Amino acid sequence: MAPPGTDLKTAPARPIRFEITDALGQRPTTTQTGLGTAGVAPVTPGLVANEDNFVFATIKDLVSWARSRSPWPLGYGLACCAIEMFSAASSTHDLARFGAEVFRASPRQADVMIVAGTVTHKMAPRLRRLYEQMPEPKWVIAMGNCASSGGEFWDSYSTLQGVDTIVPVDVYVPGCPPRPEALVEGILRLREKIVRGG
Amino acid sequence: MLRLVLKLNGEKIVECVPVMGYLHRGLEKIFEWRTYHQGPRYADQADYVSNMLNEHAYAGAVEAIAGIDVPRRAEYLRVIVDELSRSASHLIWLGTFGLDVGATTPFLWCLRDREDILDIFEEICGSRMNFNYYRPGGLLYDFPPGILGKIERFLDRWEKRIDSDYRELLEGNEIFLDRLVGVGEIPREVALQYGITGPMARASGIDWDLRRDRPYSIYSELKTLKPVVMQEGDAFARYQVRLGEMKLAIQLIRECIDKLPGGPVRARLGHVWKCPRGEAYYTVEGAKGEVGFYMISRGGSDPNPYRAKMRGPSFLNLQIVPWIMKGRLIADLVAILGSIDFVLGEVDR
Repeated sequence: MAPPGTDLKTAPARPIRFEITDALGQRPTTTQTGLGTAGVAPVTPGLVANEDNFVFATIKDLVSWARSRSPWPLGYGLACCAIEMFSAASSTHDLARFGAEVFRASPRQADVMIVAGTVTHKMAPRLRRLYEQMPEPKWVIAMGNCASSGGEFWDSYSTLQGVDTIVPVDVYVPGCPPRPEALVEGILRLREKIVRGG
Repeated sequence: MLRLVLKLNGEKIVECVPVMGYLHRGLEKIFEWRTYHQGPRYADQADYVSNMLNEHAYAGAVEAIAGIDVPRRAEYLRVIVDELSRSASHLIWLGTFGLDVGATTPFLWCLRDREDILDIFEEICGSRMNFNYYRPGGLLYDFPPGILGKIERFLDRWEKRIDSDYRELLEGNEIFLDRLVGVGEIPREVALQYGITGPMARASGIDWDLRRDRPYSIYSELKTLKPVVMQEGDAFARYQVRLGEMKLAIQLIRECIDKLPGGPVRARLGHVWKCPRGEAYYTVEGAKGEVGFYMISRGGSDPNPYRAKMRGPSFLNLQIVPWIMKGRLIADLVAILGSIDFVLGEVDR
């Protein structure tokens, strides 16, 4: 709220500084996930507010911003990565801080599909069907080496060499399995992408 | 991911057919294409909740073929990491089982304690899961300095939590007891017929623990090894056996730390080591039951096993599902299935 006595008509508009108040801005510089740069691009381009909590934005920007703040994942744990996905959602790493802890059992209620684990040829048609059952807009995170590229099962006769051969993938989280922090990083990256309207 | 095809008569299950293979990654074929030092990494992937125990079975089979003498310090360290891995597996089971029967808090508490175990593993071998810590002939590294104190502090902290947190929270809840006591009973004879092993068998009154009855590593030297056996055979007995195994693991780790000898942790095999011709079957008491590796080596210049068959306890425990589900209520299905404690990576391999 503006301090009392402020002339609301002439109060200057100021941008919402999400890159500072948001967890994205406080991200540690890490080399583990290959994101060594400290500079963070403003995550909410086009959102401007004055001190009276009036927000000036296009509907598209506002909706993208709202969507980015609670991407509900589809609980789609397949293999080892599912255990690390549990860890990310549980008490220590607490995915709820980023609004992504509501694992849905039904694809109809999910926004983002975290493909956590090895996708076999038997599972691939089911994965594709689940993806098609998700309502738009929808995103996919390929968690782990197996889902990203086939990983250590590169020469197996029964696994899919990367889930991007059947569904479009937005964020790849490498690792075998990735640490929970890496999955959180992946979800933050996805938020950046959603805010930009991706 | 497991698919169950049910035939129902009202609320009663008439027939239950499990459909498996959604996680079949061809592990046994991959073992034939990987060298003996790469193998444990893939054994990790089978039961990915208690990885160390699979690695132990793999490394043990290779050592049995080649007749390698593992240094005593390595054997003690192996038992420590085995029991920690077993505890981590039971913690994951307890948490997800709580979720299955409708309790959310145990999941958060179990995962909190499991993170402590994973921190210890990370210090030991640099990885939280899929460790690749075993080698034929010993272990990759010795323990880092200070880790034994850390393990002891964790055990002291955790031992109190088993009774004060888990037991009080779950057994103090009438709904939890109602859903488990007398549900999913497996009589002793049926368990024997189906080849059930591990905590499930011990919950049905079969006093069979490979650590004591077919001792491997240095388990025969441990005084505190007293397997937990229950007679009831229902889901609640399986829960109690697993909680008892957590406390047993604490005792075993403490005894190992007390007796820990010095020396190397890896037998000297030379730069170019070839496994001689032979075959062996080596079993380890896993978190779910008997983990076994049957391995054939052709010797000569062949760097890979000719065949590596894995006995996955989850797979063999899961085959009781059609029998156990027959005539039960559909509301009990999740509780019974959760109490079996299977890992699909090991079922499908």
